[in-house]
Amino acid sequence: MKTILKNCKLITPPYSEEKLYDIFIEGGLIADIGENLHVEDARELDLDGHVVLPGFIDMHCNICEPGFENIEDISTVSRSAARGGFTSITCEPNTKPVIDNKTVVEYIISKSKAQASVNIYPYGSMSMGCQGTAIAEIGEMYEAGVVAISDGDEFIDSAALMRNVMRYSRMFDLPIMTHCEDRSLSGKGVMNEGYTASCLGLSGMPREAEELQVARNILLAEITGARLHIAHVSTGGSVRMVRDAKKRGLQVTCETCPHYFALTEEAVEDYNTFAKVNPPLRTQEDVEAILEGIADGTIDAIASGHSPTSRTDKDKEFGNAAYGISALETAFPISFTKLVETGIISLARLVELMSKKPAEILKLEQKGEIAVGKDADLIVIETKGTQIIEPELFASKAKFSPFAGQEVKGRVVYTIVGGKIVS
Amino acid sequence: MALHRKDFFGLRDLTADDIRYILSTAETMKYILNQKNKKAPHLQGKSVIILFYEQSARAKLSYELAAQHLSANVVDMTNSAHSMERESLQDMGQLVDQMGADFIILRHPMAGAARLLAECVEASVINAGDGYNENPGQSLLDLLTIKERKGSFEGLKVAIIGDLLHSRVAKSNIWGLTKLGAEVCVSGPPTLLLPGIEKFGVQVHYDVREAVNQADVILTTRMRMEAQDKTFLPSLDEYKRFFRIDHNLLRYAKEDAIVMHPGPIQRGIEISDGVIDSPQCIINDQIANSVAVRMAMFYILSQMGGALA
Repeated sequence: MKTILKNCKLITPPYSEEKLYDIFIEGGLIADIGENLHVEDARELDLDGHVVLPGFIDMHCNICEPGFENIEDISTVSRSAARGGFTSITCEPNTKPVIDNKTVVEYIISKSKAQASVNIYPYGSMSMGCQGTAIAEIGEMYEAGVVAISDGDEFIDSAALMRNVMRYSRMFDLPIMTHCEDRSLSGKGVMNEGYTASCLGLSGMPREAEELQVARNILLAEITGARLHIAHVSTGGSVRMVRDAKKRGLQVTCETCPHYFALTEEAVEDYNTFAKVNPPLRTQEDVEAILEGIADGTIDAIASGHSPTSRTDKDKEFGNAAYGISALETAFPISFTKLVETGIISLARLVELMSKKPAEILKLEQKGEIAVGKDADLIVIETKGTQIIEPELFASKAKFSPFAGQEVKGRVVYTIVGGKIVS
Repeated sequence: MALHRKDFFGLRDLTADDIRYILSTAETMKYILNQKNKKAPHLQGKSVIILFYEQSARAKLSYELAAQHLSANVVDMTNSAHSMERESLQDMGQLVDQMGADFIILRHPMAGAARLLAECVEASVINAGDGYNENPGQSLLDLLTIKERKGSFEGLKVAIIGDLLHSRVAKSNIWGLTKLGAEVCVSGPPTLLLPGIEKFGVQVHYDVREAVNQADVILTTRMRMEAQDKTFLPSLDEYKRFFRIDHNLLRYAKEDAIVMHPGPIQRGIEISDGVIDSPQCIINDQIANSVAVRMAMFYILSQMGGALA
C-alpha cells in the first residue's frame, strides 16, 4: 500500500514553514519527504497546506481492559485516542487482573493488535497487584513487552520496596512512573486542601501529600540511579523539585496533564464531580508554576491522564463519587488553546511535549518525529476555526468532561497510524 | 421583600437581606408558638419527609414540631436508614418525590448532598446538615437568639471557639455573621481550625483570651472526640485547659456577653458548669428558638418556590 500526503505543512526543522511538502508512505513507514513527489500507483491525499505533526503519544492513560470493560475497552479507548490525535497510548497496570505478569501483558498486546486502531503499550506494575508490598516480576514483563513500570494511581508507601524496585529495574533500564501521594496526608481528602474545600465542607488533600513523595522518590532515584518519571505533576513545589533535580543532572523526568494547567480547584464549585481527579486540581499559583515548568522545559511531557469511570459513579455525592476524567479527546485542543494560542509556547514545543519527549522517555525509537524511516504515525490538524467541547460526542465510553461547553481551537482532522487513516 | 427559593442549602448562598427576612419571619412564628393552641394552617395538606442519614434527636424534633405546628403531615424515614444506604440519594429522592412530598429535610454525612438531591426532585429540600459543610437551621436559630439579645449585628463582636473543622454550624455562622456586619474572631486548637480560615473574613487567635476580648457573644462548638481522627487533639482534658469558657475567661469579654452552644453539651468541657448555669449562658433560648426558625424556613419555601409555588 503506497500513499502520498500532498501539500503538507511541516513545522519542525529541517523543514521550512514557508514550503509545502509531500510525504510518501510505504509499508507503514515514511519512505520519503520532499517537494512535488510522484510515485506510480500511490493513493494521493491532498492536505491543502494543513499542518502535519507526528502522532501524539500518551504516557498516562487507563484503558480499563481487562476487567472494567463497562467503563472503557480497547476498541473504544483506541477510537477515542485516534480522535484526539494520539497514535500511541500506554496502559496503566491497574486493570483487573493487574498487569503484574506476562500473561496479562501478552493479552493486552495481542488484543490491541486485533482490535485497536492505535498502538497500545502496556506498563507493568512495580508491585504485585499494585499493592505496594512485594516486587512484581518486572523482568518477565519486560521481556513480554512493557515499556515502563508503574503502580497506576497507587502509591508504594514503603521506601524500602520503592528503593528495591528502582535498583531492580536498572537491569532493564525501564522508566519508573510514579504517582506521588503520601496517604497519611491525603487521608480522606477528596479535593485540594484550602479555602475552596473549606467553603464546600470537603476534606482536603494538601499539596505536601504529593510533594513529600516527589522529594522521596527523587532522593531514591539519585541513590539508585534509576530512571524516575513523576506522573501527573499538579503542584508548584513538585515542579520546583524536578527542576532542581534536573539541574543536578539526575535522570528525572515528569509529565503534567491539561487539567492541571487549564483548571483550578474552583472547577469543583457546586460539587462538580467531573472535576474530581487525583491528584486534585490545585490553585492559580500552581497553574502558573506548571506553565512556567512547561515553558522552561522542566516538564517533559503532557499526558492526557485519561481515567474513565462510569456515569453512575460520577453522579454521586462528591465525597462518594469516583475520581476520573475523560481526557483523550480534549488533551490537544485544551493544550493548544491554553499554551499555544496564548503564546506561552510554540506549536513545535507542544509537539515535543506530546510526542517527541514521550517517545524518548519510553524509548519508542520509531515514533515521535516526522523523518524518513520512522513509522508513519501522523496527524493532520486545523488550528484556525473554533469548536465547542461536547462530551456526548466522545468516542470514549466516558462521555463527560469538566471542559464541557468550552470554546477551543485546535482540531485533529486526520489521524494516521502506520500509514492508515484511522480517524 | 421576598425570598424566592426552592431550597435551603446554607448561609453561604443567602444574602444579608435574605437572612434578615428569615429572622423577622421567625419572630412572627414565635407569636404562634406563644398561643395556647399552637396550630397554624400554613402547611395544611402538605407533607414533610424527614430523611436523616445521621442520627440526631434535637434537630429532628424541632423540624417535626415546626411542621406539625403548621399543620403538615410528617413522615420520618430515619428508621429505614439501613435500606437507604443501598439506594442512591437521587433514587431515594425520586421515590419520595413521586409519593407527593412537598418538603424533604435531609441530614447526610456527605457535603453537598442536599444540593445533589434538590437537583433531581420537585420538592423543596432543606439541608439539616451535610458532612462538614453547613447547617442553616441551627445557624439561623443562633442568629435569631443573638438578634433578640443584642438587637443588631452591626459592630457586634462575636467569638467562635472550638472545633471549626468538623462543626458545620460554626461555618454557617461565620458566613451569616460576616454578611450581617459582625466582627468575628475564632479560636481553637490550630489542628481544628479550617484550612484557609483567614480568607473567611475572620480574625484567628490561638490565645482564646484575645478572641473573647471585649466580645458581645461567645459561640462554642461541640467537641466530639469520638468523631475525630485521634491525630487532631490529645484529649478533652487538654482542650478544656486552653479553651473552656469559664468565669475566669469571661472576665475578658464584655460584661453583658452571652454564651451559646449548639448542644448536646458536655458539661465542664466546652463550657464550665458555673457558666452553663449562669444567666449569661442562653442555651435554653436557643432551644426555644429552634422551632420558630424552622417554621419560618417552611413558610418561606411554601410561599416562594418549589412544588408549592
